[in-house]
Amino acid sequence: MLGDVLLVAKKDLLIEWRSRITIGQIAPLGVLVLVVFAFALDANAELLERAAGGLFWIAVLFGGVLVVQRSFDVESEDGNDDALRLSGIEPPAIFLGKALALVVQLASLELVLGAGLLVFFNTSVESWPLALVAALGGTLAFSVCGTLYGALASGVRVRDTLLPLLLIPVVAPVLLAATRAFEAAFGLSTDAGWNWTGLLFAIAAIFAAVGSVAFGPLLEDG
Amino acid sequence: MGEQNAPAGQGPMTATPATRVLGGVAVLATVVALLLGLVVSPKDVVQGDAVRLLYVHVPVIWIAYGSFGLTSLASALYLWRGRRRADSGRHYDRLAGAAAECGVLFTGLTLISGALWGKITWGTYWQWDARLTTTVLLFITYIGYLALRRLPADPTVRSKRSAIMALASFVNVPIVHFSVDWWRTLHQQESFGLGEPEITGEMLWSLLFSTLTMTIVAAWLMVHRYRVIRLEEMLDDEGLCAAIEARQAEAVGS
Amino acid sequence: MPPVVCFQAAVALLGRYPALSGFDLEVGPGEIVLLRGPNGAGKTSFLRACCGLLAVRSGRAEVLGHDLVADRRSVRRHVGLLGHQNHLYSDLWVRDQVRFRAASAGAAPDEVAAAMERVGLEPRLWRIPTERLSAGQRRRVALASLIVRRPRVWLLDEPHAGLDAEGRDALDDLLVDATGAGATVLFASHELDRAEAVASRIVEVRGGRITEDSGSDQTGGGRPDVG
Repeated sequence: MLGDVLLVAKKDLLIEWRSRITIGQIAPLGVLVLVVFAFALDANAELLERAAGGLFWIAVLFGGVLVVQRSFDVESEDGNDDALRLSGIEPPAIFLGKALALVVQLASLELVLGAGLLVFFNTSVESWPLALVAALGGTLAFSVCGTLYGALASGVRVRDTLLPLLLIPVVAPVLLAATRAFEAAFGLSTDAGWNWTGLLFAIAAIFAAVGSVAFGPLLEDG
Repeated sequence: MGEQNAPAGQGPMTATPATRVLGGVAVLATVVALLLGLVVSPKDVVQGDAVRLLYVHVPVIWIAYGSFGLTSLASALYLWRGRRRADSGRHYDRLAGAAAECGVLFTGLTLISGALWGKITWGTYWQWDARLTTTVLLFITYIGYLALRRLPADPTVRSKRSAIMALASFVNVPIVHFSVDWWRTLHQQESFGLGEPEITGEMLWSLLFSTLTMTIVAAWLMVHRYRVIRLEEMLDDEGLCAAIEARQAEAVGS
Repeated sequence: MPPVVCFQAAVALLGRYPALSGFDLEVGPGEIVLLRGPNGAGKTSFLRACCGLLAVRSGRAEVLGHDLVADRRSVRRHVGLLGHQNHLYSDLWVRDQVRFRAASAGAAPDEVAAAMERVGLEPRLWRIPTERLSAGQRRRVALASLIVRRPRVWLLDEPHAGLDAEGRDALDDLLVDATGAGATVLFASHELDRAEAVASRIVEVRGGRITEDSGSDQTGGGRPDVG
């Protein structure tokens, strides 16, 4: 089972590597989002510094939705969903494999965005461990939710607008918790950042379980 | 079955003697509830007449949650039945859809009544308190669910995905509730909260009666919506037998 | 010998449409069965039903002893489908593609090169993204992905389409070799001359059911009389 998870993850990451969509298109888009926020907030340095945590995760949200969309677009074309069904790989392994690939792709996006924060918003990080662990938790949670809802909203004739509509209410708590954790890590608030981080991992675990169970029926009838 | 044939010139109707009675009771109950709410029950010491919005705002959210709970239950039953035999349990799928539509309607009413109440009592239409924030997310979640129910795909695929989403939402809504609640208790600041007045005596009875009335109205709506969905599916099914015959005729008439 | 494929009065639905309206067919091991018939007759649906991608709602449907009505998933790793689509990830190299399919079927890595060579894909093509290949080359990649799984039942939907003469010869050889090794082949084709030459049995599909069956001829090849 673990072997299959890694197999699927490797396949998705290989597709990413060959096409360079996340690094080449989505990461720059994320940076653009940060820049545009500066316009919206009138380049008010103090405001940007306060808002940096939230803006980071909003940029991750925008980029993340695109990455998830792509992850499932490749499975809808040329009958690849049939091939997955015929492959004999257990659906939970497919789910976790795709989620794992998403984690890696989002992590690379976040590295770029993180650099953007440090440069554009003059963010200073008081607690690097908290920031990194919170980022991991948020990414895990986003990836499993994204994989589950990506499957729900995938298919040949489904509109692109469906995925964001379904996904965002689900990842709203993730955004909320991750932003609070980041603010604590940046020293901007006295919240218990580690508690919020714990919530992120809890959400990740819950939806990893839900997704693993639901993926079989989802994959089945398309 | 539940539908009757209407006089010539109309299609089948979704009304039956039972629903006519239910509808009549609903109308009657609404009149009484209005009387209780607008006339009989007293003004609040602090909020004055504005407190009467309570009789709308509180019940509608209960009904919304109840409807969504019904959606989740029906979805679980649909998936469970579907495992034993494909294509069975469609009535659960219809129930899930009808209940969700009702829930979205009542959530919308919650938001509107909440906004009006907020404007009157506190001067703003919106506050980022836990309940309103959670309600707005709940609203959008189920609007998404209704959008998923209209997926341009095979009906079985649609129903199955909707059911799975309903169950995922059943897991997600408490998470949203919990996180938002935690957030707002930590960050109270100047938010007043829609402080509810003490509810006793006549106000309590009015509130309970109002809740009962809305439940009856909601039930009436759901029954009719369920039947309309069923009629739509019957239309599709009629084609099936004819299609099988036509298909086999291809084989013969070659 | 127990039949490899056994369908009796099988009905399969595509949504509300009866793709198979009472399909009867029994196929023994080692046969190469050609499915003939007009467009929309149900050939593709039958092939998909055999690998469990299309649910059989009533009747009897068994492949390799697996009851498809009760559980259509367990048979999948034992069959190989070459459908209308090629199941290719456009960004992956040819080699990546076949390797992934091989790994998911538990095949050894060295079988990948052998499979690609067998279908006539030269090594110079192995590092090219599949989206840059011609239609015929893509078809060959799909075929290589099937071979590497070593399925016991081959389900091919218009396999000759898109292949050049050389490719078609290679395919015919493949089919004969496969059945020689114990596999069974069912394929749908409109290329009647070539197909009838390689098939050991021909069935006619119309309106979701079998209307003519030349009967099984275990000797393979030749052109049996169509009943």
